[in-house]
Amino acid sequence: MNFQFVLDNLAALTVTGLTQGSIYALVALGYTLVYGVLRLINFAHSEVFMIGTFTTTIIWAALGFGVGAAAPSTLGVLGLILAAVLAAGAASGATALVVERVAYRPLRKRNAPPLIFLISAIGASVALMEAAGAITNRQPRGMPSLVFPKVQFSIFGADVTNLQLGIIFSALLMWVGLDTFINRSRLGRGVRAVAQNPEVAALMGVNKDRVIMLIFILGGAMAGAASVLYDVKVGLTTYSVGFLIGIKAFTAAVLGGIGNLRGALLGGLLLGVVENYGAGVFGNQWMDVVAFLVLVVVLLFRPNGLLGESLGRARA
Amino acid sequence: MNALLESARRADERRAKAAIGIRDRWSSLPRPWRIAVLIAFIALLYSLPGLDIPLITTPDTDFTSVLFLCAVYVLVAVGLNVVIGLAGLLDLGYIGFYAVGAYTVAILGSPNSPVVVKYPWIVCVPIAIAVAMLSGVILGWPTLRLRGDYLAIVTLGFGEIIRVFALNSDITNGNRGINAVPTPSEADWPSWMTWFPTIHEGRPVFSVSSVIGFYWLALTVVIICMLGVRRLERSRVGRSWLAIREDEEAAELMGVPTFKYKLWAFAIGAALGGLSGALFFSKQTFINAQGFDLFTSILWVAAVVIGGAGNQLGVAVGAILLAYLPERFREFTDYRLLIFGVALIVMTIFRPQGLLPSRRRTVELEDRAKEAPVA
Amino acid sequence: MVGLLVGAAACAKDDDGGDTTSASSCDSKIAFFGALTGGNAQLGINIRDGAKLAVDEYNKANANCKVTLVEKDSAGDPAQASGLATSVVQDAKILGTVGPAFSGESKVANPILSKEGVVIITPSATNPALSKQGDKTFHRALGNDASQGPGAALYMKNVMKVQKTYVIDDASEYGKGLADQVKTTLAAGVIGSGVVKEQQTDFGTLVQEINKSGADSIFWGGYLREAAPFLKQFREAGGKAKFVAGDGVKDPKFVEGAGATAAEGAILTCPCVPPEKAGGTFAADYKTATGHEASTYSAEAFDAANILLQGIKAGNTTREKLETFVDGYTGEGVTTKFKFQADGDIDPSAVAVWAYTVKGGQIVALERTPTS
Repeated sequence: MNFQFVLDNLAALTVTGLTQGSIYALVALGYTLVYGVLRLINFAHSEVFMIGTFTTTIIWAALGFGVGAAAPSTLGVLGLILAAVLAAGAASGATALVVERVAYRPLRKRNAPPLIFLISAIGASVALMEAAGAITNRQPRGMPSLVFPKVQFSIFGADVTNLQLGIIFSALLMWVGLDTFINRSRLGRGVRAVAQNPEVAALMGVNKDRVIMLIFILGGAMAGAASVLYDVKVGLTTYSVGFLIGIKAFTAAVLGGIGNLRGALLGGLLLGVVENYGAGVFGNQWMDVVAFLVLVVVLLFRPNGLLGESLGRARA
Repeated sequence: MNALLESARRADERRAKAAIGIRDRWSSLPRPWRIAVLIAFIALLYSLPGLDIPLITTPDTDFTSVLFLCAVYVLVAVGLNVVIGLAGLLDLGYIGFYAVGAYTVAILGSPNSPVVVKYPWIVCVPIAIAVAMLSGVILGWPTLRLRGDYLAIVTLGFGEIIRVFALNSDITNGNRGINAVPTPSEADWPSWMTWFPTIHEGRPVFSVSSVIGFYWLALTVVIICMLGVRRLERSRVGRSWLAIREDEEAAELMGVPTFKYKLWAFAIGAALGGLSGALFFSKQTFINAQGFDLFTSILWVAAVVIGGAGNQLGVAVGAILLAYLPERFREFTDYRLLIFGVALIVMTIFRPQGLLPSRRRTVELEDRAKEAPVA
Repeated sequence: MVGLLVGAAACAKDDDGGDTTSASSCDSKIAFFGALTGGNAQLGINIRDGAKLAVDEYNKANANCKVTLVEKDSAGDPAQASGLATSVVQDAKILGTVGPAFSGESKVANPILSKEGVVIITPSATNPALSKQGDKTFHRALGNDASQGPGAALYMKNVMKVQKTYVIDDASEYGKGLADQVKTTLAAGVIGSGVVKEQQTDFGTLVQEINKSGADSIFWGGYLREAAPFLKQFREAGGKAKFVAGDGVKDPKFVEGAGATAAEGAILTCPCVPPEKAGGTFAADYKTATGHEASTYSAEAFDAANILLQGIKAGNTTREKLETFVDGYTGEGVTTKFKFQADGDIDPSAVAVWAYTVKGGQIVALERTPTS
């Protein structure tokens, strides 16, 4: 148990944690939206993320940035990232929608109990993952380095690189966009209405099916954006990448308060930081265990998460 | 496309009706007949390794080993059925209990384990069951008050924690593993048994090259446990589980101590899981962290649900499919998970009560479907 | 149908195949045992192809008395290995195996195979403990990790002249074993160590730690699945330390995953001979037969199969006789000169640990590692 290491490198671990946590936060948004409205843990969301990572490599290769290519200029980098976000967001959103149509909607029509929904979600997740595995022959897919981390400044003794800043800012930007949409726009009001009470919302003229389609697309798009950030950071993807990220992201969503968009952001960032502290104290190999233990402890003492559930309330 | 679905649905309805017809005819048979049929069936199961049924025997790998695997998986399914099917708690980390049971036997019994004790197999197994039960209680105590969905995630986390622990701690020797896991006693086959094909007098009962002894042991344990769980199902405990499953708040109001019975379900499920782990690795003789990944846990849940949660025969069918099909059709092993994933989706839509459903469950689901709001 | 039943019953009764003399010695079989499917299939396929080349050549030269190669696909999974091993011992015609390929499945399968006298020659399972388990018919056609580890460390110390090494392992028994060996040999030269998780993809913290420690070299005990993203992220972050790893990383996929620029100059050790330096026409024959270059352990598998085949040709068509033959075998294969010790390991003088490097996106052989 190496507490000294953590104390010495507190700032560095925090920065790394915030970066990692930004990715968790974006993926968590998808979980929290779906759960807030449908009370369903969308297990397949992790595969939605995975598909986004592969889409990014494909679109980059199509644009000439394939294996062995050199990193382009700053403008080129931004262009590639934007293209990837659009493509991955669309692909992930589409995947999420397909899952909803094929796996969840028939169950909704039959008023199936929550256990059955969960089983179907697991089935969808496994099916998507294995299909990707079969297609890629279970081999990881590398991609050339897009951004080379360069230290921009130092805060409290921690070096902060441009890569880290970029990831944290992009995540915050996406989150602000989503939050504004849910809270200010008409469609967003519909989402909150259905989260609060589906039958009354239907009576008030909200098209429930369309709202559900919307949340799946939005959640998927956020996961797609996260996948681009992940690809830039890690540079490698494989068919099973979604699993662990998905679990962590769901933990983050629960941690912050499921159904609560702010909670997803807070939960994600917090989880990333705590995880890294834990890795520093106990060693890298126990990092995931730390995440799960955090989840259990939070659920024991605050079952509604840190910020409480609130997609359905007037203040999201 | 719709016409195809309709005809598939009608075919399935006919099959379901036929199954119910068989069931009614079965209940109307007089008791002695039923017992006779059961005994004949069990005798058939015991003699499967000796018969060499052409289509069923696995060409590439040893058939008796596959039978043993089926028996172990059925035991897992019976235990998981107690948790999911009877008590209605979704446990996604069942493999944790399996691992605890297996490692306890290995650590206490193997001369090569990091702990310097060597107990005989017959002592290790009850200890393994007890330790697994304890771990079930430890897991259940803080988490059973949580909502169903959260419980699923937490149990998933538990399964992972056990695996990471097995991988990284010294007592389990990580991926190096522990070999020479103890096997049941060193008895030899007596001469009066040699009429059965593949049995030789004077060769060890529990050997690695002729695994009939293991298969029969597992089969016996499975039958005993199934009978035991059946008794439990019909007792007060079973009725409480039913009440908890259908409506927990109402059950609590009616005076059922829900938490206590949920904990019992967890503990019994954990005990059965630990026992199956102990059995399997007694044959395998080598254990390492590689065998305990989360997907096996999820596959087990799938097998229970597809087979028919709540119905012991149903989950047994699900488990046998899970164990047998990949070994029989080894060319498709790579696609095994994919097929099960798709099967899960299809089953939940068309037949959520499972292949061999419990009658109560079918009625439950039909009632719910009737209540569906017109969307 | 009846014949099948009788035949199967007879076969099943025959599971002490060691002392039955078959009437004709011309239906012998040897088995390949390893992963042909699953994430690690490539190694198994290399081995199967090497063995197949040997068997095909033998059958061409001995057309009236052929040997069959049976393939047992374990997917590298110990759980499947046990059932497969049982089926091998129950087929009295299978006299020996090329494999099991991986150390994990060996631990399960070897006791089963050995107890019934099946001759085991593994071309790739390098875990030192395998020869100490008491499996009498076990043989290893290459050096084990106990020679690869020190070989790599000595190469680092004497040839690369490193001063400060950071040792990383992945908690697998192969990786940790190798890393431990390196740590022992480098002793005071190790300034830090770390453990990575299986399937880990994000190494930000580890990279930071290594950079802070000022290490001039890294030793990686593990597989390419984690090594590739690590090296990529390490170089991206400006890490300049030299990268050394074992045979679990030696594969073109490593260069692809890390990127040719990041992987450039990496040193990979392997107790396997570079196929192009293998004797005879092996490399060319392999390419003609399969259409691609021979890869890791193909040559070792070729040699292992040939030893078994030579034994069968000399008339040792029972398991016991073949075992005696292999125990006392001395001869020149394409990889090295073979002579087995009592515990099945190859004679130490025959062990060759080679160092390879990544140059221009390709893995090329450098030289043998020093032995002291």
